[in-house]
Amino acid sequence: MSKESSLSPEARSIIGAMVSRRAVLAGAGGLGAAGLLAACGGGSDSADSANNVRWGNWPLYLDYDEDTKKYPTLDKFSEATGVTAEYFEDYNDNDEFYGKVQAQLKLGEDIGYDVVTPTDWMAARWIRLGYTQKFDSANIPNKSNILDSLASPSYDPNREQTLTWQGIMSGFGWNTEKNPKGIRTIDDLFAPQNKGKIVVLSEMRDTIGIILLSQGVDLQTVTEDQFMNAVDFMEKKIADGWIRGVKGNEYAEDLTSGDATAVIGWSGDMFILASENEGKFDFAIPDSGGTISGDNLLVPSTASAEGKANAEKLINFYYDPVIAAEVAAYVNYVCPVKGAQEEMEKFDPELASSPYIFPDAATSAKLGVFRSLTPAEETTWGEAFQKAAGN
Amino acid sequence: MSKVKLPYLLLLPGFLFLFTFFILPIANLAQTSTQTPIADGDTGQYEQTLRFSNYLDAFTENQEQFARSFVFALCATVLALAISYPLAYAIAFKAGKLKNFLLVLVVAPFFVSFLLRTVAWKQILGEEGFIVPSLRTFGIISESTTLTSTSFAVIMGMTYNFLPFMTLPLYASLERIDPRTMEASGDLYANGITTFRKVTLPLSMPGVVAGTLLTFIPAAGDYVNAAILGSPNTRMIGNVIESRYFKIVDYPTAAALSFTLMVAILILVTLYIRKAGTEELV
Repeated sequence: MSKESSLSPEARSIIGAMVSRRAVLAGAGGLGAAGLLAACGGGSDSADSANNVRWGNWPLYLDYDEDTKKYPTLDKFSEATGVTAEYFEDYNDNDEFYGKVQAQLKLGEDIGYDVVTPTDWMAARWIRLGYTQKFDSANIPNKSNILDSLASPSYDPNREQTLTWQGIMSGFGWNTEKNPKGIRTIDDLFAPQNKGKIVVLSEMRDTIGIILLSQGVDLQTVTEDQFMNAVDFMEKKIADGWIRGVKGNEYAEDLTSGDATAVIGWSGDMFILASENEGKFDFAIPDSGGTISGDNLLVPSTASAEGKANAEKLINFYYDPVIAAEVAAYVNYVCPVKGAQEEMEKFDPELASSPYIFPDAATSAKLGVFRSLTPAEETTWGEAFQKAAGN
Repeated sequence: MSKVKLPYLLLLPGFLFLFTFFILPIANLAQTSTQTPIADGDTGQYEQTLRFSNYLDAFTENQEQFARSFVFALCATVLALAISYPLAYAIAFKAGKLKNFLLVLVVAPFFVSFLLRTVAWKQILGEEGFIVPSLRTFGIISESTTLTSTSFAVIMGMTYNFLPFMTLPLYASLERIDPRTMEASGDLYANGITTFRKVTLPLSMPGVVAGTLLTFIPAAGDYVNAAILGSPNTRMIGNVIESRYFKIVDYPTAAALSFTLMVAILILVTLYIRKAGTEELV
């Protein structure tokens, strides 16, 4: 999941705790300890990693029991392996997190985590800069359970140092009362009833990716001209008052409050919104195509040998289909583990048939992956996107 | 210990603190602001090349956001003054026994996080708050008009958030005015308005100057209100610095913008203080 917003890390952790994922929908009661913990978390200084693993993950991205205030699968992990897990929900934004730890990574000082969860492009940057450690494959036998479509990304072709945590599809989300016919094309999105009430994602590759796909551009071969053209399109829609915001997952809050009627958003968020608001919201992959990306588990170069070994145990544990199914049933994002669908059928057959968690062939065919950008492109393209977004 | 050394010893903690948390970061910021990307380096890798035109580039590219920051901050300051003056006046002269209670009320918002209060404004001004539907019922705004994601919302949010910074200094200086000066003015046949103009207002000027500075300076650099209550069309310079720093990982431009903002505020404040005078500020 890749969320950005134009706030400081502190601001984001507080607001993130308030508005992200289930908390939005469950109302105040859903705020819970998860959110509060996220606001206080910040990695751990404990060097004693012999029996401990420190995991930095996005907020509300792991099954959580409101009643016991615990993470059931994490408890199972500790029971099964004897390793205690310190779980920090403080990976709120790729850039922000990178900004926070990059100086320590450079100096080789402990960043306070043995496993972190950056999005594809950020994982690629960590690998390029040598900030990751290669897995000891013998410790992660379940690695072979990764979906074929995710098994060889360009930044880590053999999955030697990263494994997908969850996949994220982006597409159109809408309020069904205002858009009774649904939204399938970019013209449907920019229909008069949505004027001034459209929110798009601050994740450049998702928003611009969907615009590019609507213009018939292949995301694997996108050129600078094509990219800038799509950015101009977005900029014009902002200047003309169609788009009211370029946001991270706060768009979900805008949808529920009625301030937004149509969005470019993420499948998992929309799935939860739809299921908890009785059909008031819906989501679809655009006819011209949506984007898919992933958040990846990786071990920072600064983790100790024990920390790394425990991180590998953790990763292996979550690549067990039974556990993966449990997580997927909670987070509702694309599950990267083979066999999890069959496991989920045993306890929630309806959810197990959802193409948003287990994309079928027809859905997968419509999903594009943004190509890797060079560092220079990352800067100039990112700059153009931020400028268009008013920053 | 000789008497000469004592004052220096007393200054030491403050000096060390400011050196570590102000001078060093500022020096670091200054040296970052003239760096350029390393050829073939990765995102966020810069080297010192003393490229001072970073400043010119940063400024020319973001004039719009600079201008907006100052206009928004000015509007918020004027609004806050218009709201706070009568408020502080009432508390200082008319509140009687309620004085302390009212002062607590003015400070009360500080007990809640700045961010939570701003998010609350989003709800108040949102589609499902009570303001928008009631304004629509009375036909004051059209069906399609919204209040969030507008300049109006950003300025309102800033006015609200910085209101205590305006009210408290105003109160402090109004409260110190000897009521007998006003009585004397009345004895000399000045009416209420003249008394206010010739006696109360001039005597409260230190409060006005302090209050406007305490509101304007943080408001000009604020980015939380613009981020939460605004839209891409209402971004302020603080938002640009934030995105340069964290999103684009363009540290030199972010540093240059921060310095430019600091200098711009310093110039404006200097001009203002020259005009208003600070002799009685303390």
